[in-house]
Amino acid sequence: MDWVNAIVQGVLLGGLYALFAAGLSLIFGVMRLVNIAHGDFIVLAAFLGLTITTTLGLSPLVALALVVPVMAAIGYVLQRGILNRTLGDDILPPLMVTFGLSVIIQNGLLEIYSADPQKMSAGALETASLSLPGGLNVGVLPILMFAVAVAVIAGLQWIFYHSSLGRAFRAVSDKQDIAQLMGLNKAHIFGLAMALSLAVVGIAGVFLGIRTSFDPSIGPGRLIFGFEAVIIGGLGNLWGTLIGGIILGVSQNIGAQINPGWQLLAGHIAFLFVLAVRPRGLFPRID
Amino acid sequence: MADAVLSTRSLEACYGDFQALFGVSIDVYPEEVIAIIGANGAGKTTLMRSITGLLTNQPQMVTWKGRSIGALRADQIARLGIAMVPEGRQLFQSLSVEENLIIGGQVGRSGAWSLEKVYDLFPVLKERRNVPATSLSGGQQQMVSIGRALMSNPDILLFDEISLGLAPIIIKSIYEALPTIIGEGMSAIIVEQDIAKAVSVSSRVYCLQEGRVSLEGRPQDLTRDAISAAYFGV
Repeated sequence: MDWVNAIVQGVLLGGLYALFAAGLSLIFGVMRLVNIAHGDFIVLAAFLGLTITTTLGLSPLVALALVVPVMAAIGYVLQRGILNRTLGDDILPPLMVTFGLSVIIQNGLLEIYSADPQKMSAGALETASLSLPGGLNVGVLPILMFAVAVAVIAGLQWIFYHSSLGRAFRAVSDKQDIAQLMGLNKAHIFGLAMALSLAVVGIAGVFLGIRTSFDPSIGPGRLIFGFEAVIIGGLGNLWGTLIGGIILGVSQNIGAQINPGWQLLAGHIAFLFVLAVRPRGLFPRID
Repeated sequence: MADAVLSTRSLEACYGDFQALFGVSIDVYPEEVIAIIGANGAGKTTLMRSITGLLTNQPQMVTWKGRSIGALRADQIARLGIAMVPEGRQLFQSLSVEENLIIGGQVGRSGAWSLEKVYDLFPVLKERRNVPATSLSGGQQQMVSIGRALMSNPDILLFDEISLGLAPIIIKSIYEALPTIIGEGMSAIIVEQDIAKAVSVSSRVYCLQEGRVSLEGRPQDLTRDAISAAYFGV
């Protein structure tokens, strides 16, 4: 029963990892930009949620209504103000600049919030659980997070393939010059893509902050989980990213079940295994 | 004669250190179809990229209805009513046939062209509206590319090498459709390497050679020898 429990908890944790990964996957797909600061933005969103919950006395889930638009606005301004200038034939400048942003965010957060671990409280919801047949207890909050992750992935999928914004994303991703000839301002489209990416990061950050304690240094670790989920699932496939997150979460929990010290190692081994067997991931988008 | 709708004045265009155009001045008058001919590397595509804003220049080097547009971005120029059928068709491979057409209409200019009218012009596209655009044959892809440009209801349409890489029978049918495509009130620039084809549909011809206008005039006033000399520089 412990094993079944580990797997169920791992699946639910996978939803959070998919949220870490979805924004990463989105901007890579649209503008071939790898955002090294992605994990630090997740932590930034968690601290933003913390500030809002403590100063306004709101529940973290209500705080999402503020965190998400603020993160989206940061994303748009960041893209138009800085990142658009780094994009070009050379892939190195965006890597360097986002790496620099990562350092700046970590140290900025350290300066403001100190290195002490923090946590957001979701009140009674945190301890509420559902009893499943077989004596299994599953927390309501992890189920809620997983449901939101699935909804976010479904929403992104819909935007990408069924809305005019998604059509613009795909057109700019295919041929930037020609998309410009169709009246699409790629600087604006890229800004919207980054806004959407950081909006998802806003949700991911608040969920992270409710689920575990966090401090300014944990961003790069979340970035790795996001990367691994994207690569396991296959680049450019959002549902694949969800599966990738679930595989990562289940592997980690099975590892922890064997030996608590093996949690992270088991996730990385699963990632390396998929990379060795299917270098393009399990469900790469067919081009 | 009425004022030109589109003009370039002493247009100099560079790719980095390489200068591709040297003082090119052309005019397109209302409802006029002009042809731009020239050998490979003469600067024809560079001229198209300069007009559409894919290469930016000094503002006064390109004027549209009296307004200096040389420094505008391509998306701003598209909104003014200048559309291009680019060389090599350049369809969006992640988009279906219909999505390619819809995205052409996204500039939001009103006019006669709509999805239905494009499908009336090219019925085969309606049958294949939901397949990926790049899975079509070359000729059908050219139809999508033309339809995509028409969807923006342009005042001027630029055709860059429309016959390149297409079968002769397809080229013939596209040229037969040109009078329908270039409708009332619309001007066009046709860039071609096939001199006879270009001359047959245009009222004036410019010949480019090594980035300069080497010859211009009405087709009936130009002798074959003069065109050859301007084309090859011999």
